[in-house]
Amino acid sequence: MANKKIIYGLYDDEVILIDAVKKVRAEGLKIHDCYTPFPVHGLDDAMGLRMTRLHSAGFIFGATGTLTALTFILWVTTNNYPINYGGKPYLSLPAWIPITFELTVLFASVGMFLTYLYLNRLAPGVKAEIVDERTTSHLFAMTFELDEHTSDSKKEEIRKVLAASGAVEIHEKEL
Amino acid sequence: MFVSPLREPLIQGHKTYKQISDDICAPVEAAPSKAWMIAVTLSGLLALTGFTMIGITITYGIGMWGLNKTVGWAWDITNFVWWIGIGHAGTLISAILLLFRQKWRTGVNRSAEAMTIFAVICAGLFPIIHMGRVWLAFFIFPYPNTRGPVWVNFNSPLLWDVFAISTYFTVSLVFWYTGLIPDLALVRDRTTSAFKKRMYNIFSFGWKGTAKNWQRFESISLVLAGLSTPLVLSVHTIVSFDFATSVIPGWHTTIFPPYFVAGAIFSGFAMVLTLMLVVRRVFNLQEYITLAHIESMNKVIILTGSIVGVAYITELFTAWYSGNQYEQYAFLNRSTGPYWWSYWGMMTCNVVSPQLFWIKKLRRNIVFTFFMSIFINVGMWFERFVIIVTSTHRDFIPSSWTMYYPTIVEIFIYLGTIGFFMTLFLIFAKVAPVIAVAEVKSILKTSGDQYTGPDAIHHNDDHHKH
Repeated sequence: MANKKIIYGLYDDEVILIDAVKKVRAEGLKIHDCYTPFPVHGLDDAMGLRMTRLHSAGFIFGATGTLTALTFILWVTTNNYPINYGGKPYLSLPAWIPITFELTVLFASVGMFLTYLYLNRLAPGVKAEIVDERTTSHLFAMTFELDEHTSDSKKEEIRKVLAASGAVEIHEKEL
Repeated sequence: MFVSPLREPLIQGHKTYKQISDDICAPVEAAPSKAWMIAVTLSGLLALTGFTMIGITITYGIGMWGLNKTVGWAWDITNFVWWIGIGHAGTLISAILLLFRQKWRTGVNRSAEAMTIFAVICAGLFPIIHMGRVWLAFFIFPYPNTRGPVWVNFNSPLLWDVFAISTYFTVSLVFWYTGLIPDLALVRDRTTSAFKKRMYNIFSFGWKGTAKNWQRFESISLVLAGLSTPLVLSVHTIVSFDFATSVIPGWHTTIFPPYFVAGAIFSGFAMVLTLMLVVRRVFNLQEYITLAHIESMNKVIILTGSIVGVAYITELFTAWYSGNQYEQYAFLNRSTGPYWWSYWGMMTCNVVSPQLFWIKKLRRNIVFTFFMSIFINVGMWFERFVIIVTSTHRDFIPSSWTMYYPTIVEIFIYLGTIGFFMTLFLIFAKVAPVIAVAEVKSILKTSGDQYTGPDAIHHNDDHHKH
């Protein structure tokens, strides 16, 4: 979206931010997003965000790695080119465990990392839509989306609620 | 979160979030200092010498080294195991200490992980160049080929090592970069130079720091920590299998996996201390890498150093108790044979010296810790040399007994990797925050000295419970 208008309040402490989020939601206003310089515990709960399912993706990737390693080694050693190593059985499962483990970890980590980048829309060269340049350093932002239907009285209400909840600065901006 | 009042503060100087950003980003934003330029030039030249020697080895072959028919592995594998061991501290700090909720990890994890990655790069060079025909190095990977296809031997520990090291490198890189993205975004948003802004925008992948971003960040950090913990233990276990599954007296011992893992962590922490003691001083970060951090690391050194010491003595006992004369001779030869100096060097540096850290004063003494960390690095190099060379130079047939001496080519390849490692680390320290800024901020409320310890002005009960 090219011209997204937002109104946002800046806070200087995460404890105040969490209180503010709760207060604003109690007033019935819809928060667009919060921007913080570090992970704030309890913020996702206060905002009513769903728990991420990223770790479930990690499990699926890991299981894929396990199966890939086991089936591939099984196919190579018993089917495609069986070689007799010192009279040991072709199917020698214990000896395959190290590689199976490594591939499980490799698939889970890399798969999860790529999923993480995709979900967060992160990639080299993506232009960051930053609300305020200080939100990666020391300020915490709470944003509200505006559209052409948003009335001036609604804006005024948002500003009032933001100010009352402890925002140190309130701005309007077009992204 | 509750923090025991006995815990020392980990961030000193009553810092605010703004000051933390300012302090840690300062070295990245300043122009390169003269000292940095000199250091990077010197280490770069050393690296270049090393690469020249690698070039000579590849051109003329492994005959450029001091290896012979009896001693087929020497400095190459010694250096490989040494570097891999050093790499272990980074993952231990960032993964295992994250699972144990050790807050002091936030001050050192970024550099330790960078160190891990650079050490693994140096380690990886050695197995590749010791193959001789490096252009055939891809033979170690299982790929469909026209020779049968003949596949690699999946039952061989050497192949397990290929998978372990490449996985370890990839996962460490992913873990490190995940944490780096928000901090690179911080540098991007602070810088005023258009060029820097563009570069940091590319490398920070367009990070915004929304609540959902951080929620996913926390999830991936925890899972990667959980995956890296068994991974880091498996890597040195598998390295030890390279020896333990052989039939060479002195190598085929079942104690190797835990003993190698403890030794790896031991040497890794020594290297972290060597680097961090310099970094905190040069970059003026004493308030973030405090004596409490140094003391914690020294405690890990006592623990792992003692495990290593017990392992050395257990090896001796087992050799005697086994009643196997070849095993017994291998250990007698180690301690009293022609390489006795490397054995006793190892014993002094690794077993005796870390015990001095039981004394609290020495544990918190920076100069002493620095020298100790160098000692341990040397001792751990000797350990690998002792295991590899003294076990092979007098083999089963006394007529093939021989000595091994390194050539100048081998010596400079080793020194060259140290130069290469230092060059990579210096460049990293100049372009990225050496401390995980976001993670340090997240512990400020519990471990900042305005909240805990004797200088506290706020008390934790002043805050509402969240």
